[in-house]
This record gives sequence, structure tokens and C-alpha cells, in this order.
Amino acid sequence: MSAPEHRSYYGRPILKEPVWKPEVAWYLFTGGLSGSLSSLGFAARLAGNEVLARRALILAGMVSAANPVLLVKDLGRPLRFLNMLRVFKVTSPMSVGSWIVAAHGTTSGIAAGCEVLGILPRARLLAEGAAAALGLGMSTYTGALVADTSIPVWHEARHELPFVFAGGAAMTAGAAAAALTPARDAAPARFFALTGAAGELANIWAMERRLGPFLAEPYHEGSAGRNGKLAKGLTVAGAAVLAVAGRRRAGAVAGAGLLLAAGALTRWSVFKAGFASARDPKYTVVPQRERADARR
Amino acid sequence: MSTATADGHLTYGVEAQPRMGFFTDTSVCIGCKACEVACKEWNLVPEDGFVWTGHSFDNTGQLSGSTWRHVAFVERSVRDGDGIDQWLMSSDVCKHCTHAACLDVCPTGAIFRTEFGTVVIQDDVCNGCGYCIPACPFGVISRRERDQGVEHGPGAHDGGAHKCTLCYDRLQDGMEPACAKACPTDSIQFGPLDELVAKARERCEQLVEAGVDSARLYGDDPNDGVGGFGAFFLLLDDPEVYGLPPDPVASTKHLGEIWGAAAAAAALLGGAVLTAMALGSR
Repeated sequence: MSAPEHRSYYGRPILKEPVWKPEVAWYLFTGGLSGSLSSLGFAARLAGNEVLARRALILAGMVSAANPVLLVKDLGRPLRFLNMLRVFKVTSPMSVGSWIVAAHGTTSGIAAGCEVLGILPRARLLAEGAAAALGLGMSTYTGALVADTSIPVWHEARHELPFVFAGGAAMTAGAAAAALTPARDAAPARFFALTGAAGELANIWAMERRLGPFLAEPYHEGSAGRNGKLAKGLTVAGAAVLAVAGRRRAGAVAGAGLLLAAGALTRWSVFKAGFASARDPKYTVVPQRERADARR
Repeated sequence: MSTATADGHLTYGVEAQPRMGFFTDTSVCIGCKACEVACKEWNLVPEDGFVWTGHSFDNTGQLSGSTWRHVAFVERSVRDGDGIDQWLMSSDVCKHCTHAACLDVCPTGAIFRTEFGTVVIQDDVCNGCGYCIPACPFGVISRRERDQGVEHGPGAHDGGAHKCTLCYDRLQDGMEPACAKACPTDSIQFGPLDELVAKARERCEQLVEAGVDSARLYGDDPNDGVGGFGAFFLLLDDPEVYGLPPDPVASTKHLGEIWGAAAAAAALLGGAVLTAMALGSR
């Protein structure tokens, strides 16, 4: 779609692109994965599915150990990472998120540690429950994090992005758990993965509909477009494999691999589209000019 | 929890000062860049590259962590289409928004509202998370990366985010900011914001009466998307012509919608995991 008529200052960007490094895009992936694994594991525990609970729990603890590492590496001044915890601000999804990451990492780490060592069952159950609740936040707050910026394709997608990320989190967590769990105990994980895959695709569709053809452009062009397209293909393929062959271990592993790759690529697509929409002033000027003219 | 409000500086109690700001009247800007130089000198802002942009006399390019005043140059041919017969020149600066998204989203509390109602980053608290950078609807802030730049003065390349402080140090000593002090045409005026707004409205009417129909104020409306600017402008064309957003909105204006969507998504996810367990366990 060609750019609607607009003026600019030598075509220079109005907004600054984020300075976030690839670590942040990977964190969007691992954060949701670890969070939803905690929730899945605790739900399995409540349902008495100890085999699934144990695997989801331990994997959640391992992945959640990576989250702070990725986030600290991205800071301009990494030695000051603890400054994140000197205030709590609901106006800042990153502040709220830092507390969620810290609390989820701690509780899921304790739960996984107790599980592996076979000690302190009460403390483990308590930590598991807390990590499960925090995991729901881990899977969705990142949508709020990117939406609460001036980046056009993130801010205007604020109603859908948390749902897109929640879907991806369920998809990847269900897939990872299904791959690691004997098939007869993994049915809930497969169901969770398939629900998540459907949710992610549906919400991406809804998001692009809301953005409209012009503002959805960055999601279809360049590396964001390539990643997004590949992600959709892999999501459909992975879901099909998991649904059809998921009761056999090989099928579960293959389907899970496809879905994990799809989940990562979707996050990369969203991440890159944001940068692209900041780089070209038309995505800032055109919608704002329309609003300003409408008020006249 | 802290939030930016229009009267944020009033929480200082007896130490609260009148809200101070800039009125940049671009109709009298001559493009001398004295503001850029004075700002760099006073605030020890590091060098940001010696490059030729090819965009008229603008070799500064944009506001950034190392550029706190930026003079834009627009060349026009309005009469017979032969040669340049009109210049638009404008000195851009941090807007010190009434509802400042950068301040709202800062997770460390490094960005705060001063007793003068201005918005300042504390260099000794900022950990360089970079969230304020895409939050700003004007693209004012950037990070001074640790591995870039040749100067290593105080805070030169510390990996933190930087922007105009409205010369907080000078204000505390009762002095006007360096850029306003250096401006030879009073294109940059400094003072209590309410007085500046009244003066600017008068000036704008005067220009329109004199036949400059294109004169308009930008950022004087407290009902705009950022609650009005602490540093506002008189422009002679649409804001986007100067590289300014036509209808800026602080992203945190939609905070309720944003958290609402996240909470709904979390609830739905919780429902999905319980459903998966119930159906999958049959």
C-alpha cells in the first residue's frame, strides 16, 4: 500500500527507535514460556497429574533463570540493575514487570529446587502456587510493556498485544511440556498448546484488523514480515502435527519444535515491526494528522 | 507510586515554585544555533558527530541524549518558484510535558518532576533501561552508549538516557537557561509558563493581523494529548514540517486500557490452563 499524502522534515523519523537489543526480543519469548509453564505445572498438580506437574515445574525454573540475565544484559548500565527495585510504579509496565520477573524467578526457582531435591513439600506447593499466579502476569505484561510507548504499531495495538503474547505463551509452554512428558500424561499440555496457537493466530488477525492496512504495513514488510509469515506457517504446521501425531513421542517432539520456533518468530516479528514503524515518520504523521484535521 | 500530574511540582509544598518553561517563537529565529552551542557548553553535553546531512544548514539533525537544542531549517520557494525566498527556522527542545510519558514509564524513578514543574533525568539513578526513549512522543531522548563517543567528561558516555534539564542547576540559582540567555533575537523566551502562554497568544494574534495567516501556537493547549507542553512553540506551518508530531499523545493516557487488556488476557490464560487440565484429564 502506498503512503497516504503526508509531509515530514526531510523524511527524518519523529520518534526514536527503541535501543533494546536482541536480548529483549528473546526475553519476550522466554518470559511467556517460563510464566505459562509455571501456570500449567501448578494446574497439573491440582488435577493430580504429578508427571506433567514435575516436568513443567522444573523446566519453568530453568527457563525463568534466563529471564533476568537477558534483561540485565540489555541495560545501558547493567551494574545498576537493582535500581529497578527501588520504586514500584503502576504507570510503568517495566517497573511492575521487574517485580513480577523477580518474584516469579524466585518462586519458580524455589519450587523447581524443592522438586528436584525432593524436600520441603509444603514450601514447594506454596512457591508453585505463587509462581503459577505470577506466571499469568509474566505471559501478558510484556504486551502492556511494548504497548505503553509511542511506537505506532505497538501503541495502537494495545488492546490485542497482551492477548497475542498470552496465546504465544500458552502455545510454547504447552508444546515444551508436551515434548518432555510421556504422551499419556501430556494431553492437557497438548490441549494448552493448541488453544494457545489458535488464540495467537486469532489475536494477530484482530490486531491487524484494528490497525488497518496502512498501520499494519510494518508487520508485513522487511524482516518483521518474513518472521511473521514464517511464524504463521510454523504455527499451523506445528499445531497440525501435535494434534494428529502428538500421542506418539516423536510426533509430540516434532510438533513442539515447530511451535516453539513459531512462538519465537512471532515475538521477533512484533519486535522488529515496532522498530520499523518508528523509523518512518509516515506512521507517526499520517494517523496524527487525520486526528488533528478531524478536530478542526 | 508516582504519577505525573499537571501540578506535580505543587507536591513540593512550600518549596514549590511557579511552573517555568520556554516559549520558542520561531517567527524571529535566525538560525544562528547560539542556543545549541550555549546548551552544549553549559551542560557539558558531549560531541555528537561532525556530519554533513545535506539538509540545508541543519547538520545537527535531531534532538538526542547529546543534543538538547536542535535548530531545524526548512528552505522554501513560495513566490515564483525560482530560488529560496522563505526560510522556516525553529529551535526544538524537550517539551517538559504536563503528562510526561518518559517520567511515567521510568522504572527506576530516575526521571522526576522538579519544583519548577520541569522533567529531569537523574544521571546517578538511571540504569539505561531505555524505556523512556520509545515512550517519548517527540523522540527527544536517547542513550549515550558506553562504547561510543570520544569525550569522557562527567556523564559523557555513561550508558544512561539523557535530555534537556531546562538548566535545572541554573533555575535553582535564579538564572535563566543557557539557550534562552544566548538567543540574540528572543526567539527563545523563558519565564513562568502562564505568563509565557499569555504573551504567546498575543504575539500570534499580532502576526495573523499583520497578514501571517500561517502563524499558530503548538503545545499551548492543556487539553492536548500530553496536557500541554512546558516548552511550547509558535510555528509558521504544520508541526510535521519541522519534524514535530501533529497530535502527540502520552502513551500513559491509555494506561487503563493497556492494563485492562493485560489483566483480561491473564484471566483468559488462567481459564485456558484450567480448561486444558479439565478436558485433558478425562
